[in-house]
Amino acid sequence: MLTKRIIPCLDVKDGRVVKGTSFIQLRDAGDPVELAAFYYKEGADELVFLDISATPEGRDTMVDVVERISEEVFMPLTVGGGLRSTSDMRRMLKAGADKISINTAAVLTPNLISEGAQKFGSQCIVVAIDAKRIEGGKEPKWEVYTHSGQKPTGIDAVEWARRAASLGAGEILLTSIDADGHRAGYDIELTRAISEAVTVPVIASGGAGTLEDLYQALVAGKADAVLAASIFHFGTHSIRETKEYLAQKGIPIRI
Amino acid sequence: MIAIVDYGAGNLRSVANAIAKLGYQPLVTASSGELAQAQAVILPGVGAAGDTMESLRRLGLVDVVNQFIADDRPFFGVCIGLQVLFSGTEEGGWHECLGVIPGRVKRLPSGLKIPHMGWNQVKQRLSHPIFEGIPDGANFYFVHSYYGEPEDSSLIAGETEYGLPFASVMVKGNLVATQFHPEKSGEFGLRLYQNFIKLAGISRQ
Repeated sequence: MLTKRIIPCLDVKDGRVVKGTSFIQLRDAGDPVELAAFYYKEGADELVFLDISATPEGRDTMVDVVERISEEVFMPLTVGGGLRSTSDMRRMLKAGADKISINTAAVLTPNLISEGAQKFGSQCIVVAIDAKRIEGGKEPKWEVYTHSGQKPTGIDAVEWARRAASLGAGEILLTSIDADGHRAGYDIELTRAISEAVTVPVIASGGAGTLEDLYQALVAGKADAVLAASIFHFGTHSIRETKEYLAQKGIPIRI
Repeated sequence: MIAIVDYGAGNLRSVANAIAKLGYQPLVTASSGELAQAQAVILPGVGAAGDTMESLRRLGLVDVVNQFIADDRPFFGVCIGLQVLFSGTEEGGWHECLGVIPGRVKRLPSGLKIPHMGWNQVKQRLSHPIFEGIPDGANFYFVHSYYGEPEDSSLIAGETEYGLPFASVMVKGNLVATQFHPEKSGEFGLRLYQNFIKLAGISRQ
């Protein structure tokens, strides 16, 4: 049976992991290569790297980081952040990334999804959607935001997910802006709405605080994978502990 | 020397990194002369089998690959590298492939998330040295929407369930092919490559 994936996410700026981690086992908790190797040994199913560098130099550094990680870590790597063209994508894939995550660029230029899928295959193209709940409606609705969750677009998140998948996205990385950073659980309604709307896998993101939150995203939210940052980085829960918890509750998990 | 066929596939580097991690220096090449001289050849792949076939034809590599396999020299097809071994694929209309393994490449059944993406178990149907040190039911990383169905089911060394049981490891003499990506499948994936290299009789440089 296909197992549900547990995915730590690392924010990288100018070649360094930001927000930090508190693993005393690591010599340098800011080194993305060392952290990637740590999560690989711990049994993470995949890794997502988000490059938040603001400069071209910072993004060049990311290519080098991905190259070094792919020499040490034999698991799927997704890289996102600031990738705007198929040549940006090619550069990361050549460096050793398996999947490219696009967010703002996909909203601004939806054809980038189909071009990327045509050139590299759908399995390479992850469309990241940052969605915020619209208050006051009868039915729950969510709006897509771009530019790191700063800019409303007026686009309905469920519709956008459908369109992205039909353009060739192989996976949706869904983040609830409302839940992100609050560690009070994923937006289950949003996750389920998107997961039921598309036939490609959906990664739930934003809001993980407890292991029960992950369980709910997978079961009630029908997500295929869960992404989390702080609960793993600060050692609140280890990957192994997380996986054992979920397996015990009957979720198919790779231990 | 282990050669990796370079036809422009995106994940060449990961395969080369995995082989390098095991202590060998792979040669990534699109030269038919170099491929013909290799002790073992790995054909990686992502995307669609039809496109891969087109690339192999354009680069003039179809004959050397066919001959290499016909001579029963050690050959490893990964993912799309497995699919192109079949007679043909239904992906994007019928596309003829290498025909080394009689059978068709078909779309996974609907009703489940497509692509089949993530870690899934490989049930070992044959006791074969390619599985040495790898427990039955070990997880490997898959990402594909199509699967190969061989006419001769005795070639199926490993099987995986996704909507239906499909061939995830095939073995025919010195030909090995996996639908999953060993280079993305952690320690057991590396072990599988190691077993293949050992079967090929190649020693570390």
